[in-house]
Amino acid sequence: MPQMPEDTVLQVTNLKKYFPIESGFLRRKVVGNVRAVDGVSFYIKKGRTLGLVGESGCGKTTVARTILRAIDPTEGSILFRTRDGIVDMATLDNKGLKKARTEIQMVFQDPYSSLNPRMPIMDIIAEPLRAHGYSRKDQEERVNELLELVGLRAEYARRYPHSFSGGQRQRIGIARALALNPSVVVADEPVSALDVSVQAQVLNLLLDLQEQMGLTYLFISHDLSVVRYLCDRVAVMYLGRIVELADVDILYGQPRHPYTSTLLSSVPDADPRSAWHAKAIKGEITGPPREVRGCAFAPRCPYAVGICKSTAPELRSISTDESVTHEVACHLAEELELEGVS
Amino acid sequence: MDTMTEGNILEVRDLTVRFMMNEGTVHAVNGVTFSLPEGKSIGIVGESGCGKTVSAYSVTQLLPKTARVSGQILFREKEGTITDIAKLPVDGKEIRRIRGQEISMIFQEPMSSLSPVHTVFNQLAEAMILFQGMTKKQARERCVELLKLVGIENAERRVDEYPFQFSGGMRQRAMIAMALARNPRILIADEPTTALDVTLQAQVLSLIQEMQDEFKLSMILITHALGVVAHMVDYIHIMYLGRVVESGPTLEIFENPKHPYTRGLLNSIPKLHGKRGQRVSSIPGAVPSAYSLPEGCVFRARCSERRSACMYEIPRRIQVGSEHYVSCCLYDGEEDQYAANA
Repeated sequence: MPQMPEDTVLQVTNLKKYFPIESGFLRRKVVGNVRAVDGVSFYIKKGRTLGLVGESGCGKTTVARTILRAIDPTEGSILFRTRDGIVDMATLDNKGLKKARTEIQMVFQDPYSSLNPRMPIMDIIAEPLRAHGYSRKDQEERVNELLELVGLRAEYARRYPHSFSGGQRQRIGIARALALNPSVVVADEPVSALDVSVQAQVLNLLLDLQEQMGLTYLFISHDLSVVRYLCDRVAVMYLGRIVELADVDILYGQPRHPYTSTLLSSVPDADPRSAWHAKAIKGEITGPPREVRGCAFAPRCPYAVGICKSTAPELRSISTDESVTHEVACHLAEELELEGVS
Repeated sequence: MDTMTEGNILEVRDLTVRFMMNEGTVHAVNGVTFSLPEGKSIGIVGESGCGKTVSAYSVTQLLPKTARVSGQILFREKEGTITDIAKLPVDGKEIRRIRGQEISMIFQEPMSSLSPVHTVFNQLAEAMILFQGMTKKQARERCVELLKLVGIENAERRVDEYPFQFSGGMRQRAMIAMALARNPRILIADEPTTALDVTLQAQVLSLIQEMQDEFKLSMILITHALGVVAHMVDYIHIMYLGRVVESGPTLEIFENPKHPYTRGLLNSIPKLHGKRGQRVSSIPGAVPSAYSLPEGCVFRARCSERRSACMYEIPRRIQVGSEHYVSCCLYDGEEDQYAANA
């Protein structure tokens, strides 16, 4: 049986997902791979939140989908602590997956497309319960409980998704994810489709639920401001790899990777007096590379030197204190003076 | 004869837009008043469905046929005469001239607002050949020049490519080039960076600022992101459910907000320097449907400071500072000349 530290719930090691590129008309053959996720490792402790941030195309959603085995990983292990011991999600068979997925669930980004418009809320939330053999009466009881938990009235159960606002729909999505009492919730951009006044409601709900139920979150987002309120540790991804992983205040306060620092300084703060230098870095994120030579960020990096173009930097710890996480994949991590936010 | 305040290039007065749908009448814009001083920029800010886009689109009459528009949209021509755009026939020569030469727009989604079957050159040059009487060769030179100006490398080659060959950021740059191709006097930017990643957003926003200086444009920026307007515009108009609830100079709105909605909105923005576990204050409830507007103040159902007067009284637009106006029953004072009164 695989091992991991006692308080760790999820441990991902060297996760890779390559999508083959096929070419040819009659005789299709694989001519290369899109390295969507290329060697990602992290762990999450019980009751904590790990944030996974990055721009579109960096592979953060692929990581989430691979962890739940919505898609199969190319390589790597995904150790997950269930009530009956540790399993490797990467190698589970269908029967094992069905069981494991009662304890790890997902909340999706778009509350408009992730709820079936032809099902009443009762059936939407009860679907996971039905799949696991709950009686009709138990299903109803549980749904009412869940609706109350996420701040919706029980009489809404008979309505259809169209009669709900975006924020309410996301609450329904959360209720469905919690139906089977999971220990881990993977939330993929759960608030980015919502308006700002409603976004705060859903963020607060996620925080409340975590405190009440001791949930463990993997929180995926492109919005660095949102991540700061929810996460204990944050991993920044760029083109399929983690470039920096640190405790939340360290990542924001003392970033050591030029990309992290750029991301932080690109966010316009809602304060007209704050300096927003928008010292926009050049270029934009390219597609995931077919082959890796050197640091993927080097073409856009203002500090890049010779070694950055020839050797890919490994993610290494630069923390001197064992209780503090700070890992960076940059050759110049020790030398650069980078700006963070207080 | 219509009159305008000295120094304003555009004045929108008591604008009302309704959409006649099978399901009923959508009250999208209900008595909106704002003005654009020449060479300045204003931001129209609000959540989805508040009518910010519809207000701006009525300025160039780009609304669908189901729209019923009333009110005045006064535009000061180069030679000083005043045109009421709201009175122009929808498919007439006059409005085409204004759209072609005077008022340009940048849209939110560059992929869906550029034609996929025409090269960038064809799309850019159309207005030059049509309105400025250029030859194809002259137009080509000008196109390359414009693409270079907006920061597209290899412009000579790129100009003959199709939009799908451009990346997201480059498409938005091409769109900006297209908007500038006609030497417009007003630029309307509708959520120009919402579809872009944060590092690209920074690039595109600073490009828009540069272009505004370079071409001495007056600009209307429509956005839901308060962080963006904080750094981009001189005046802000906050909209809620088809009404401008507060307007004033940018600094004044951020530092001395008067309307409970503006305050709620400002407080509900997650900050980069937030704290893990901290709750973001939110505005309870959701935006009501524009099919059946509540009587009285449209915000009252979500307002924490509502009084009995809010039930039946449509708040008047009241001056609370120099250039600072608010429409809320909490405030007393002189009613503004062009008070919203739908």
